[in-house]
Amino acid sequence: MSAHPSRPSFWHRIHIDLPLLSGLLALMGFGLFVIYSAGGENLALMERQLVRMGLGIAIMFCVAQINPEILKRWALPIYIAGIILLLGVHFFGEVNKGAQRWLNLGFMEFQPSELIKLAFPITMAWYISKHPLPPKKRHLAVAGVILLIPTLLIAKQPDLGTSILVAASGIFVLFLSGMSWAIVLGFIAVILAMLPVLWFFLMHDYQRTRVLTLLDPEKDPLGAGYHIIQSKIAIGSGGVWGKGWLQGTQSQLEFLPERHTDFIFAVVGEEFGLMGSILLLALYLYIIGRGLVIASRAQTSFARLLAGSITLTFFVYIFVNMGMVSGILPVVGVPLPLISYGGTSMLTLMTGFGILMSIQTHRRFIDR
Amino acid sequence: MSPKKRVAMHNHAAEASLFKRRALFTFCCVVIMLGILFGNLYHLQVTSHQDYQTRSNDNRIRVVPVAPSRGLIYDRHGQLLAENQPFYSIEMVPEKVKDIDQSLIELGTLIPISEEDIESLKRSLKYHRRFKPMTIKSRLTEDQVALFSVNQHKFPGFKVNAGLKRHYPYDGLMTHVLGYVGKINTKDRARLERNNLWQNYAATKDIGKQGVEKFYETLLHGKPGHLEEEVNNRGRTIRTLKVVQPEPGQDIHLTLDLKLQQKAVELLDGRRGSVVAIDPNDGGILAMVSSPSYDPNQFVHGISRKSYHQLLNDASRPLINRATQGQYAPASTVKPHLGLLALEEKVVSENTRIHDPGYWQIPGVERKYRDWRKWGHGWVNIHDSIVNSCDTYFYDSAYKLGIDKISSFMDPFGFGQNTGIDLYEESAGIMPSRDWKRMRYNQPWYIGDTISVGIGQGYWTTTPLQLANATAILANDGKRFTPHLLKSIEDKTARIETPLDEQAPIALKNPNNWEIINRSMRKTAEKSRFADATYTAAMKTGTAQIFSVAEDAKYDADSVDEFLRDNALIIAYAPFEKPQIVLAVVLENAGWGGVNAGPVARALLDEYMLRDQWSKK
Repeated sequence: MSAHPSRPSFWHRIHIDLPLLSGLLALMGFGLFVIYSAGGENLALMERQLVRMGLGIAIMFCVAQINPEILKRWALPIYIAGIILLLGVHFFGEVNKGAQRWLNLGFMEFQPSELIKLAFPITMAWYISKHPLPPKKRHLAVAGVILLIPTLLIAKQPDLGTSILVAASGIFVLFLSGMSWAIVLGFIAVILAMLPVLWFFLMHDYQRTRVLTLLDPEKDPLGAGYHIIQSKIAIGSGGVWGKGWLQGTQSQLEFLPERHTDFIFAVVGEEFGLMGSILLLALYLYIIGRGLVIASRAQTSFARLLAGSITLTFFVYIFVNMGMVSGILPVVGVPLPLISYGGTSMLTLMTGFGILMSIQTHRRFIDR
Repeated sequence: MSPKKRVAMHNHAAEASLFKRRALFTFCCVVIMLGILFGNLYHLQVTSHQDYQTRSNDNRIRVVPVAPSRGLIYDRHGQLLAENQPFYSIEMVPEKVKDIDQSLIELGTLIPISEEDIESLKRSLKYHRRFKPMTIKSRLTEDQVALFSVNQHKFPGFKVNAGLKRHYPYDGLMTHVLGYVGKINTKDRARLERNNLWQNYAATKDIGKQGVEKFYETLLHGKPGHLEEEVNNRGRTIRTLKVVQPEPGQDIHLTLDLKLQQKAVELLDGRRGSVVAIDPNDGGILAMVSSPSYDPNQFVHGISRKSYHQLLNDASRPLINRATQGQYAPASTVKPHLGLLALEEKVVSENTRIHDPGYWQIPGVERKYRDWRKWGHGWVNIHDSIVNSCDTYFYDSAYKLGIDKISSFMDPFGFGQNTGIDLYEESAGIMPSRDWKRMRYNQPWYIGDTISVGIGQGYWTTTPLQLANATAILANDGKRFTPHLLKSIEDKTARIETPLDEQAPIALKNPNNWEIINRSMRKTAEKSRFADATYTAAMKTGTAQIFSVAEDAKYDADSVDEFLRDNALIIAYAPFEKPQIVLAVVLENAGWGGVNAGPVARALLDEYMLRDQWSKK
């Protein structure tokens, strides 16, 4: 089987998937405009974001050169290292904004949960694809343990956003592997049954407040409800065509909190209106679509599951962030991928896209 | 890749196709969930757009009201009676001052600031928005403003703020007429809210509390303007979007004659009493004095509790307007009116003469009603009785008239009711009647009551304003005008004169009677105080008893308490042929009307009648 009957193209040879790259670049370009406005026309801020984007593309390019088979071999050691680091955070981590997420490595602050975000789906895909698909129940049980360890460790930090992303990436691997519908439905039923337990015993007070705030933000408009109210006002006041670039009063006059980080989508909605939101949704849908195409075309189950998981986790970012900013999901600290200001998520995401490109461009070398 | 033996065989084609099905399914889920996001965005940005647009504007636009400047008040000749004076204060924007303590110490070397002020400033600093100006020192003098301005460069973040405050240049000269403005209190606010005017006062600090300032508040206040400012989330002004200038209040001219008012105050000289002067041709008040008075300016800046209590508890009651609220027995000053009624009812004619032995008795009753002249006036007609104020003559005619006729005849002269003057501070006085007495005391009317009323005593009380007004009607042969203080309103382009408020005149069965009574008053003037006047005046005095003296006892002014001595009254007008000014003067506890109130009336008519003709109108 050969998708490239003729001589491989230049892009293929340097392991770049052009359709995916153009989608990413379009998204980043759009993001730069929004950052410039949301950051109060701060050029230094924009410069830093530009550097991060460059760094992200460089990392993506490097990762794309690595054969997925090599990743497969390193999956378990990286996963184990990640778990050890998470335990390290648990016992020695830096406390910042009330959460214990950072390890001080002396020269830089490091979040092991970001490493797990990458290592975990690889491990999961590796483990599941070792056995014939659809997976057997005992393999699913082992996979469940592999999934629960990092999820719980991260949720305990507490970093609900990341633990959701990690759990989702593992669940996607299981679902895509062809786990039987009966188990899927049973799983959903168990989660629903667990909700009260989660609410009463596992959630922190501030997390419960966030959920309650979502249901009625006007109850405390200057306290808990402030973020969500101002964000909805920003989006709603944008209308169909938006107030225009740099003209968003909610963002420019600083009524909108966290406007260049987690709540940046509200700036898009305010300044570019429904049209800007549609453009953004379309770009995201395009990237997700391309990711799933790459996954479907991959030649091994491992590559398929990994590519699918990475792509769908990207979607979870989008859905959780936009849902939160537009007021249909509780506030969870998940950035808007490739648009929000900030380095860590950018580098993690671009590494993921590097893996996707690697999977897409290393197919011909795989020999059966 | 070669699978190890113990590892089950992979069916690659089946696994790939299974994956494709699952991937397609998840893609469909993704599209549906993005559809949900889109639906929510559509709801926010299209369906509810208007709502969020409004809320966004509410966030960013602050409307700052701007107070209108208050209309000025002039007298009839254009003399300024109430003005707006610049009022300077030094303000500081905390965030623009590097070292507040040091700056305050340095400022203290230029302009005295007390230790307490600094202490309270520092306390309020904690709760103050750092970019909002706060007042450091108010009521600066012009010198202090100049001194600060020269040194302004040493005080970054400090600036002089100028505002306007009401000022009454003549202090207490006509406090009871002008009233004053003061800080809007909760009662004022409730009233404004009731009348839907509260939004006009968003930036206004003061409101008319008394007198003309209160009565013409709506004219004087004007309409506020506003600034629309764009603010950020901390309330800092980013830029001004729109300015709507306030509409200043209207200037008004009063009918008052400043010179006459000054003369009247000078003549009363702080004694308790009142003067009202009316122009009988239109009802305009030329002078209205209530003495003693007080300085209205102290109310503008907020009077201290101590000073206010002093005014409130002062035995001479400076706070009430005696001219409109003081209720005095009119005594002999209403004899002309009573005489007019007697003529009208043909109880007497111009030539009827009765004998006055110094007392009068109800037929068949022993009790004697004494005349003020113990030995009597002998044979008197109506003219003699008015000139000499013969009590017996009026006892007799009151007896013959009865209270019903007296009461209903006096009604249209305005006794016992508000005159309708443009002041809220007015009392009605009492014009007694059978009904009134039954309502008030639940007692029947006695003939003796009528006899007292016959000489303007007993239950009958009037305000000086009522007395002057009733005299004006008499001097006018029954023409009646509502007394008023507002002469004209200065509109944007023109001066609008207050329209004449003429009421239906009093019609007599025999109009000749007007002339008879007025002639008596003219004779009274000729035979006494105004004998040597170069103009023709008419008058009648009165001495009102406050202290009832036993039937045969002698009243000795020196032996009774000051506050129980007789009130001295006089009514007068001039010129006789065509009256231009009507006066009523009341001096409390001053003794004889002619002796004590007379000189005041003479001096006032002199002042008004003898000045250049042009300055009267």
